[in-house]
Amino acid sequence: MTNDKVRRAIIKVLGRIAPEADVNEVEPDENLREALDLDSVDFLNFLVGLHDELGVDIPESDYNQLQTISDITNYLTAKVTQ
Amino acid sequence: MYEFRMPSLGADMKAATLIDWKIKPGDKVNRGDIIAELETEKGDIDVEVFEDGIVDQILVEPGNKLPVGTILAIIKQDGEEVEAPEKELITAGTKEAKPKAPEPKISRPGYQEPEIKEKHRVRASPLAKKVAADLGIDLAQVKGSGPGGAIEKADVERTAAELKKEEKPPEMVSPKEKEVGAERPAGMRQAIAAAMSRSNREIPHYYLETTIDMTQPLKWLEMENKKRDIKKRLLPAVILMKAVAKALTDVPELNGYWQNDQLEIQDGIHIGFAISLRQGGLIAPAIHHVDLKRMDELMPDMLDLTMRARSGKLRSSELTDSTITITNLGDRGVETVYGVIYPPQVALVGFGKVTERPWAENGMLDVRPVLTATLSADHRATDGHKGALFLEALNRHLQDIENYD
Repeated sequence: MTNDKVRRAIIKVLGRIAPEADVNEVEPDENLREALDLDSVDFLNFLVGLHDELGVDIPESDYNQLQTISDITNYLTAKVTQ
Repeated sequence: MYEFRMPSLGADMKAATLIDWKIKPGDKVNRGDIIAELETEKGDIDVEVFEDGIVDQILVEPGNKLPVGTILAIIKQDGEEVEAPEKELITAGTKEAKPKAPEPKISRPGYQEPEIKEKHRVRASPLAKKVAADLGIDLAQVKGSGPGGAIEKADVERTAAELKKEEKPPEMVSPKEKEVGAERPAGMRQAIAAAMSRSNREIPHYYLETTIDMTQPLKWLEMENKKRDIKKRLLPAVILMKAVAKALTDVPELNGYWQNDQLEIQDGIHIGFAISLRQGGLIAPAIHHVDLKRMDELMPDMLDLTMRARSGKLRSSELTDSTITITNLGDRGVETVYGVIYPPQVALVGFGKVTERPWAENGMLDVRPVLTATLSADHRATDGHKGALFLEALNRHLQDIENYD
């Protein structure tokens, strides 16, 4: 349930910051920034978007845990269910 | 009266397609209002009007690709009477529209233009006439709602709807979106090619480079971001931009244009920052008045502008107003950038990646995060000494980051 909600949020936000990308092409364990060529401004936009969608806080010190879609999904799912 | 023309949205733009009008004759417009939407190689651009006034006539219908300089609409001052001669409306079918200079007569207050009454003359906007012709409506049947009872497109359409209730007014022909979108990367590549060739041909570049110790700025940033909500967090890119603006107030000769064989220093510091588009190409929209804004204001501007550049939704002033450009290739692991100046600007600042390096200071060796900053500058406008003063000022301001705002 939550997992689905998180995944939907990720896809929705990526659609805004990288409208030209096909998110389904990205493997769950691929580095997201490299796969979609996101720069640091895009990545911050991505996190801010997730914060807006899911209402979770993501401290800057956690950024390096958020490399792949599966990392991000797990991290956010844990935060949302907290 | 003022002629609203197809704007040049940068040295590399030759033409654009009018997608939509946001105004109609009789509308009041204020400087900065978005009045039209254009399809360009740089995405869909919201075009702003430069002066206050009232929309008098619209001369071009959506769907046309038009060269820079084509008159699109006539905007008059409040209270001003404009009697423009009949002008040919550029309709959706017209290809290769050429800019035409209208010769409108302006009657000033106090001067009475002799009134010539034509028996059968109905006052109607060119667009209304065109629509009436298309719909087979006799203008004599239409009651005008515009200034002085002039008939506008909406009036014609309303009449048409009343006459034939079951039939809807035809929709404007608009270009097939997919087709235009597919042309964009190729068009943008050509536009970049033209601008960069011009730059390389005309601008005698000189390059300076300096290494900046980022220990203090990054430490400050980390402390600051811990205190901040995610929406208020700052990126290194915004500190760098603010420091560039501060350094430009010390060395204004790098903030301006080379035009008419001379340097024209600009008062406003509007910094274009290069965004690489993943579908190909490059765009450098401006953040206005960077020197006057706090970092808390610049950060949302940068996030918003990047998002809109990606989705192809920028405003015309953001494409035309840059007085200098920053390119930051640090995200991609590059250490040093030697940039090509975007004419008519006279300088470009490049930043590379922050890397840890051995750093000797006061006879001691240390490991520090360092950044290479480069300046590409136009030697017609400035000499190396000015450039050196700029880089020195940039470093000084970066070290002083905690005292900003």
